[in-house]
Amino acid sequence: MPPFNNKNAHITLMAICNESIDLRRKEMEKAVKKYWPIFVLPTVAAFAIGFIYPFIQGVYLSFCKFSTIKKAKFVGLANYQYALTDESFYHSFGYTLAFAVVSVVLINVIAFMLALALTSKIKGKDIYRTVFFMPNLIGGIVLGYIWKTLLDCFLSLIGQPLLALNETWGFVGLVILMCWQQIGYMMIIYIAGLQAIDTAYLEAAMIDGATKLQTLFRVKIPNVMSSITICLFLTLTNGFKLFDQNLALTGGEPAHKSEMLALNIYDTFYARSGKQWKGYGQAKAVIFCILVIVISLIQLRATKSKEVQA
Amino acid sequence: MEEKQTVGKIILSVVIGIISILWIYPVFMILINALKVERAISTTSIFKLPTKETFNGIQNFVTALTSQGFAQAFGYSLIITLSSLVLILLCCSMCAWYITRVNSILSKVVYYLFVFSMVVPFQMLMFTLSSTADRLDLDNPYKICIIYLGFGAGLAVFMFTGFMKTIPVELEEAAMIDGCNPIRTFFNIDLPVLKPTLISVAILEAMWLWNDYLLPYLVLDRKKYTTIPILIQYFKGSYGSVQMGPMMACILMTILPVIILYLAAQKYIIEGVVAGAVKG
Repeated sequence: MPPFNNKNAHITLMAICNESIDLRRKEMEKAVKKYWPIFVLPTVAAFAIGFIYPFIQGVYLSFCKFSTIKKAKFVGLANYQYALTDESFYHSFGYTLAFAVVSVVLINVIAFMLALALTSKIKGKDIYRTVFFMPNLIGGIVLGYIWKTLLDCFLSLIGQPLLALNETWGFVGLVILMCWQQIGYMMIIYIAGLQAIDTAYLEAAMIDGATKLQTLFRVKIPNVMSSITICLFLTLTNGFKLFDQNLALTGGEPAHKSEMLALNIYDTFYARSGKQWKGYGQAKAVIFCILVIVISLIQLRATKSKEVQA
Repeated sequence: MEEKQTVGKIILSVVIGIISILWIYPVFMILINALKVERAISTTSIFKLPTKETFNGIQNFVTALTSQGFAQAFGYSLIITLSSLVLILLCCSMCAWYITRVNSILSKVVYYLFVFSMVVPFQMLMFTLSSTADRLDLDNPYKICIIYLGFGAGLAVFMFTGFMKTIPVELEEAAMIDGCNPIRTFFNIDLPVLKPTLISVAILEAMWLWNDYLLPYLVLDRKKYTTIPILIQYFKGSYGSVQMGPMMACILMTILPVIILYLAAQKYIIEGVVAGAVKG
């Protein structure tokens, strides 16, 4: 083989290489494509059974009167009309909103403070982190049971009515439970955010003689804005979708007063007899679904605009 | 200045210490009551430590384990969690690989459908999903994993694709030039690199599967099968008729496997939480 003496040989060579790499990639893609029945079919088939089909059917049934799927009768918008005039639905929406706002604020403020404490130089950080995260491992039903037992005993000790008859404590209990469960999780995200801050910023602030508060508000918080957005929306959607904890702690007692949206929908479906209820429930579920999707879309935009700024 | 800082640090340590004790108290309460005799568990004595007279040893645990309901529910929960987990990890990682490596409109559509499914609340499909499962004969603990694969695929595929994008294609190219077919390439090249993500996803999904209540409650044939969350919810309303001691032992045995798993794989869980959050 003759040696390369052309000055531009390396450029030609690179072009040839690039072309052949592109070609090879395409060939590889083709080879992979042939194997779709093995790679994607199982998951997509299960997804069709477990999500797509029930979802489409759910949307359709929200326009029907039915007790079983076979006997569905198309009724147009009647279910939505009922859902939008149902007072219990509005009450549960207000309750959910109030709960979501209170729990979002409390969880994020406490989680952020704990994250600040655990990123400072104190001893035993790993143990504290483990302890705070632990409630997240316990499922909603068990959590509800534990706190129901605990709060009922506490309430009877101080001579107050039990959770099932106590609207205020039902709310407080739900908030406490939610804080206990989620603070650790959000704390982990905040810790990751705080640790990712370039130490040069912190050093610069220190050299400039910034106080601790100034460092917090001018350096730390602006630099973890993306973590804050994520945690805000995570807690918000978790609050809106809450079901297990609601069911296990108060079950909607007293008299559906502590019922959140998800539980209200569930009760409309399964706790009443009569043909019309399932249709109402399905219409409420569609409205609920749209609500959650809208929140998620706002989140998407918020995170996207943050990325552009950064 | 130095002194002020040490004082501040001590105060901070004390405050955090107190909060963490409060944090662990509910679990501690379950533990002390699981060790007490029945008459020592009432609204007034629930906060008290067991004494010599009220200490019950492991009797409550034995009662819980030998009563049919719990052992059976534990078994079903275990079967459902493990089978669904294996299926989700295997199928979703393969699916995610295909989606990242094949650049077609169809694979994009499938990907966005998966992401969409993560947002939709379960109430939207609870009725139709349970009737679909009924009709396809998937309403038992041995086949419910197919439903879980479908409904749980969103998060898994999403997290796997996020990581797959960072694996250099050159590795796979080399393998394929050496004559590996895509299946061998995936299992020999990608799967080993994917191990940390696999563990993170496995733990997140396992926690969800083990604790899930509404899906198995609605989908499973209720007369024949119960899982642990269903059992606990069922017993919740009945204070008098259910013995509290064994119940506390049940709860402890339910949360213990997850806590052990967490302690063993803490690093991966935290990575999973952070990765899921950043991409979510």
